[in-house]
Amino acid sequence: MQNPFAMLMPSDRHSDRVVPPSGFTAQLTLFSAAAMAFLAVFALALSLASGRLADRWQDALDGTATIRISAPPEQMETQVAAVLALLSTTPGIASSRALSAEEQRALLEPWFGPDLPVDALPLPRLIEVTEGPEGYDGEGLRQRLTAEAPGAVLDDHTRWRRPLALAADRLRLLGLLSLVLIAGTMGAMITLAANAALSANLQVIRVLRLVGAKDSYIARAFVRRFTLRALSGAAIGTVVAMLGVALLPRADEAGGFLTGLGFQGVGWLLPLILPPLAAIVAFAATRFAAFRTLRGLT
Amino acid sequence: MIAFDNVAYNYGGGELLSEVSLRLAPGSFHFLTGPSGAGKTTLLKLAYAELKPTSGRVTIFDREVRSLSRDDIAMTRRRIGVVHQDCQFLDHLPLAANVSLPLTVAGRTGEARDLTDLLGWVGLGALGDALPPQLSGGERQRAALARAIIMGPDVLLADEPTGNLDWELSLRLLSLLVELNRMGKTILIATHDLNLIRQAKAQVAARVLRIKNRRVQLAGADL
Repeated sequence: MQNPFAMLMPSDRHSDRVVPPSGFTAQLTLFSAAAMAFLAVFALALSLASGRLADRWQDALDGTATIRISAPPEQMETQVAAVLALLSTTPGIASSRALSAEEQRALLEPWFGPDLPVDALPLPRLIEVTEGPEGYDGEGLRQRLTAEAPGAVLDDHTRWRRPLALAADRLRLLGLLSLVLIAGTMGAMITLAANAALSANLQVIRVLRLVGAKDSYIARAFVRRFTLRALSGAAIGTVVAMLGVALLPRADEAGGFLTGLGFQGVGWLLPLILPPLAAIVAFAATRFAAFRTLRGLT
Repeated sequence: MIAFDNVAYNYGGGELLSEVSLRLAPGSFHFLTGPSGAGKTTLLKLAYAELKPTSGRVTIFDREVRSLSRDDIAMTRRRIGVVHQDCQFLDHLPLAANVSLPLTVAGRTGEARDLTDLLGWVGLGALGDALPPQLSGGERQRAALARAIIMGPDVLLADEPTGNLDWELSLRLLSLLVELNRMGKTILIATHDLNLIRQAKAQVAARVLRIKNRRVQLAGADL
């Protein structure tokens, strides 16, 4: 069986030459491959950034928990001390500490401003719990807290972590879906361009058949041409998009999502697979279009 | 070489050829004549498998046309040279590339060294770099003949090869065809030019087939 990729070999320039230069379809293929690769780079960057964001959120929320104590003012210190004592004897807890009034004021400052009189408000006290590597029994800890300090509530961040991780996963999925759609759209556009080129060259194809050319020889001219154009166009689009991504503002300390949209480390190599991928899509699309057209001729 | 057994061919509108039976023996020279629209071109297309018969059997080099794959048809056409009235060139390629096109598509480009001799034989030695639209009608017909024979085919089919030529050029082309026949090629020429047929019969033992009322019959002395 003939190797279909032989269609791209330099020896096939003979077959390429028998088909006249194909005008606007060349520009259309080059432009659509460049545009699609440009979009694909950003979709890839979005997908990778989503993945990093999910990991960051996961890391930030994993391994920590908060105990909130709501108690009458006269019982507050007693319950805080009881909870801290209980935590110090709970297996799987690496450390725990009560947040100071200043720390609680700092937490509330974005909403209430710097002059919040924390002492005058019936605010709950917060205890930060850091989990040890072996983990702790959350349900057991809740039961013990209920017994020792009735106003204490354990928040292990699950209800925050799940929707955040889910949202990040969905974003990552949307990024990948965009890549698939971009590949499909590029395939469709190249099929249209190839069909236009084939239709414009029907007389050439008839002459080639008349003198004994096999379908594979005729298809080769078109496949080679469109594959190389898609490869060139996608390479241009990829380089331009990578430059665009490189020029985006760097991620700041706040970890803003938009400023983190880019590639990191070996991630910069990933967009380089897009031009060969575009060439494969063009190869398959043109081959399909060429053989379908040729089957309609004698 | 090529045989038709009780062949019929229908276009959408109706039957164009019916009960056609003929055999082209190796080294034979046939003319196919008949009025315009009688089906001469259709019969030639059946002979090189561009069309398949509606009924009956067309056999080319001992293989029934319906049994041929698309690749088989391509290989079969490498053994059949075809000259069309409109020549059918690739206008973006120079004459030499057009004439050697059958070698190119067959991957036999190394044999193109005989091209110069061939172009000289048909009187086009100086025009190898010319593009087809720059050629006269006679030059195009001779170039089409050169392209048809460059693969050394066993059979040569020509569809009104002198249709656009004056009498002098027609005779020159005819002499080339007669020379090919003497080299052992099987020749079938579709033409309505009876003077050309008479001229040929003076040089070669040619049989004349006539399409009349959708059927092919051997023409008699009335030519």
